[in-house]
Amino acid sequence: MSESEKPVSLQSTLRLCAVVFFVILCATSGMIATSFAHIGEGWTLKVALILCIAVVNAFFVAGYLMHLLSEKKLIFTVLIFTVFFFAGLMGLTMWAMNDFPTGTAVH
Amino acid sequence: MEIPYTVQARPDTGLYNAKLGIWLFLASEVMLFGGLFSAYVLLRVGAEPGMWPHGWLNVTLGTVNTLLLALSAITTLLAWAACKVRDFTKFKIFHACTILLALTFLGIKSYEYHDKLIHYEIKLNNGTFADGHLVEKSADFDLAKKTGTVTLHGHIVTDEKELMDLRSPEAQAAKHEEVIVAATDIKSMGNYGPRHNTFTAIYFTLTGLHALHILGGTLVIFYFWAFGGAMWKTDPERFTNRIEVSGLFWHFVDLVWIFLFPVLYLT
Amino acid sequence: MQSNVQQFPPFREPQSDHAHGDHGHAEHHEPNFWQKYIFSTDHKVIGIQYGFMALCFMLFGFGLMLLMRWQIAHPGVAVPLFGPLLAKVLGQPAAGGIISPELYNSFGAMHGTIMVFLGVVPLAFAAFGNYVVPLMIGAPDMTFPRINMASFHAFFLGGVVMLVSFFIPGGAAQAGWTSYSPLATTIPTNGQAFWLVGMVLLITSSLLGAVNFIATIIQLRAPGMTWMRLPWFVWAQFVTAFILLLAFPPLEAAGVLQLMDNLAGTSFFLPTGLAVGGQLVDRSGGGSPLLWQHLFWFLGHPEVYVLILPAMGIVIEIIANNTRKPIWGYKSLVYSVLFVGFLSFIVWAHHMYLTGMGQKIATFFQATTMIISIPSVIILTCMFLSLWGGSIRINTPMLFALGFLPMFGIGGLTGLPLGLAAADLYLHDTYYIIAHFHYVVAPGTIFALFAGVYFWFPKMTGRKMNEFWGRVHFWCSLAFMNIVFMPMFAQGIKGMLRRMSDGAVNYSAARVPNAIDALPGSVMQLNGVILWAAICLGIAQIPFIINLFWSISHGEKVGDNPWRATTLDWQTPTPPPHGNFAHEPHVVRGPYEYSAPNHATDFTPQDEPESSSAPLNPNAHH
Repeated sequence: MSESEKPVSLQSTLRLCAVVFFVILCATSGMIATSFAHIGEGWTLKVALILCIAVVNAFFVAGYLMHLLSEKKLIFTVLIFTVFFFAGLMGLTMWAMNDFPTGTAVH
Repeated sequence: MEIPYTVQARPDTGLYNAKLGIWLFLASEVMLFGGLFSAYVLLRVGAEPGMWPHGWLNVTLGTVNTLLLALSAITTLLAWAACKVRDFTKFKIFHACTILLALTFLGIKSYEYHDKLIHYEIKLNNGTFADGHLVEKSADFDLAKKTGTVTLHGHIVTDEKELMDLRSPEAQAAKHEEVIVAATDIKSMGNYGPRHNTFTAIYFTLTGLHALHILGGTLVIFYFWAFGGAMWKTDPERFTNRIEVSGLFWHFVDLVWIFLFPVLYLT
Repeated sequence: MQSNVQQFPPFREPQSDHAHGDHGHAEHHEPNFWQKYIFSTDHKVIGIQYGFMALCFMLFGFGLMLLMRWQIAHPGVAVPLFGPLLAKVLGQPAAGGIISPELYNSFGAMHGTIMVFLGVVPLAFAAFGNYVVPLMIGAPDMTFPRINMASFHAFFLGGVVMLVSFFIPGGAAQAGWTSYSPLATTIPTNGQAFWLVGMVLLITSSLLGAVNFIATIIQLRAPGMTWMRLPWFVWAQFVTAFILLLAFPPLEAAGVLQLMDNLAGTSFFLPTGLAVGGQLVDRSGGGSPLLWQHLFWFLGHPEVYVLILPAMGIVIEIIANNTRKPIWGYKSLVYSVLFVGFLSFIVWAHHMYLTGMGQKIATFFQATTMIISIPSVIILTCMFLSLWGGSIRINTPMLFALGFLPMFGIGGLTGLPLGLAAADLYLHDTYYIIAHFHYVVAPGTIFALFAGVYFWFPKMTGRKMNEFWGRVHFWCSLAFMNIVFMPMFAQGIKGMLRRMSDGAVNYSAARVPNAIDALPGSVMQLNGVILWAAICLGIAQIPFIINLFWSISHGEKVGDNPWRATTLDWQTPTPPPHGNFAHEPHVVRGPYEYSAPNHATDFTPQDEPESSSAPLNPNAHH
């Protein structure tokens, strides 16, 4: 628990919270604006943009509210493996679903 | 017998037991929601062209809920900070806010569920669709016996695809009014519950599971809030750790919502 | 209990006797039966609870299998002895004591589910892990004792839900232990919903257990117990826990989705236009049956390693102990098990070659499948090489451990053809695959588990199990296991399909004499051979059951360390008291210091101080 090593004050936490809340507010408005804006054909580009903003948003919540950024290496390692396996689950499944034996008639 | 490192960090890992435990648990939660998100992506990619709904959910309510959860995440962090500086009164205030925000979130969520459950799509015998919120069913309405009428506030469309993209100019321009449908004209009728299509299915499943997490987290936080005084007096350090650990869970639940909101409401 | 838990001082003072002496006994009032055996938070009691339940479930699962084998060998003939009982308890599906195809299907599904999720995993991971891991690393208990208790209770509830499902109208789940959709949703029984609820409970139990194991191994290692001084069994359990932690949740997700399909009428795994019995199903459609298979096998394949790694861990411990020399290639073993754990997450789709996969993705999974066999072979090779030049001490645990080696070898090597799509397409739905994975799990894992029971029994009770009956148990089991499973390779290669309730009689040359690929009489006769071998295998377990219970009170009394072992689990009082160690152990050396030169005994416990061996040196004249 790295936080226990440096003193915590309510003021500094409050300041941090204000910043993070501001970021969440901006990110949420950004996502909504993107969602209703006319960008590109169809939804692909918009979904990609919105998800990028969501990732930034998530980074702030995980990094600062969950103080993951100042967390121990051990926890980082566990999470990196987790994210890797999640990517494997989604990525390989997607690949498998979209790869057909040659000669298959795809409707 | 006492178990080491329940309060103090183990020197070589720098962690106390519960903190490692909660992060491991959160890792498994990442995989749980990861599996569900994978299912979402595959269902969406695999949907027939034009059959994946857009704009079915109320963005305003979703935004309000997003901000409520963000605020509750912040009060959670502040409650922990209050414990850190040994201010139990402030802890009580902050976590009271957390609990209230969480309950408001659940209230709004149940309103949204209710809104979907009274929203009906009726397939008519002439091939058109009546779609709208239920106003009333006549007293003698019985679909099987073909008696009575049902009144919806909505409109009639000729192709089901017109009901899919509610963001489209056509759907925006559609005039919604009271539609009275006789049971004799109805081929089939169903509400926008989980079985309506794969979108409502994954919507109810994802948000339902998320709401269960909210409920569980609220119960835990309420337990510490209401009954934590005893431990606070005997072992404030251990109590602070518990608040931190439950807070980590709460932030994770917020994190899930940060992805649920755009994925379900905005795209 | 509550007050005890909360009053823990922040640190365990090193070498504080009072914690285990006056304070410990003065404050503990004697726990009553419920506190001691049902709501215990002691890892040793929980381990024994798991072990006992798991052994009971395995016996039950074995019984289901005997009934199925009867039906395969004698299709449509009433089950002898148990037939009337079945008819009475299960009613219509077992009318006249004859196992109907529906009942056969639910027995098949439940045999797999019970053996994997309620038998082998709880025994290998939860029972041995709970009992042995904290002892081996020098910990007083698991990190989260109450979560440990909750984990057992979730397991117990899950087991109850599974068993109850036999008695509901329509009977237990019938869609195989893999529960493929849409079959799992369209079979008209609520047994599938029970199965899913039971699975969610079992998965929850495993997750809680996995968190506990990882946290325990990371946080509660005794001073000096560095990572490379961990007994390999602990490494195996560590990797297993990570596999459970990260591979099980996607199945939990899939279970929730299928539960929605079954109860809320959704179509997550039901395709558009699904027809059952010629009728279009009243569902929205749009789902994907393959999605279930992906989510299932994302757990399903790592689960294989959950079954085998703890077993390998047990074998390593027993081999090191009975060859009286350090295990060969400790570091290779550690890196191999880590690599196996990592890779086990990206091989799952080799169970799905038959689903019309494209060549590119199939090639990927064939490659990873072939790669993962390398560390497995390294582990097995280290085990064999450890035997080389050792003065091997033969006893029952060692016999089972030695039996494991060739049996697992057969199981593993016959898996290679299944990892290659071309061969798998032919073999996949035949008895070949049944033989393959039963060789891995039955004479493989279960032999190792028997070895573990015989090996740690003296630590649990202070008495040894009877050696003679142990050997009878081993030799009979070895013989009959092979007579049961070896013929299945032949049947499978001949093309006999698995999952057939009539033992493929409709494909036999006797029934369809003109078909060129009909199963010849010789293949069909093997069904009878397997049935009787299975019955004999069942009889061969009777000495074990009697020996197990009889030895608790009548076995030969032994000391704290009857096998003269080095690891910490043998350096405790017997049976270990609450809190395990009289003094906090300080580890000074690796786990397998057997026959060290210049040492008085042929084993050097991990926590034996260096100084105590020094005075002995002058006595050693070589």
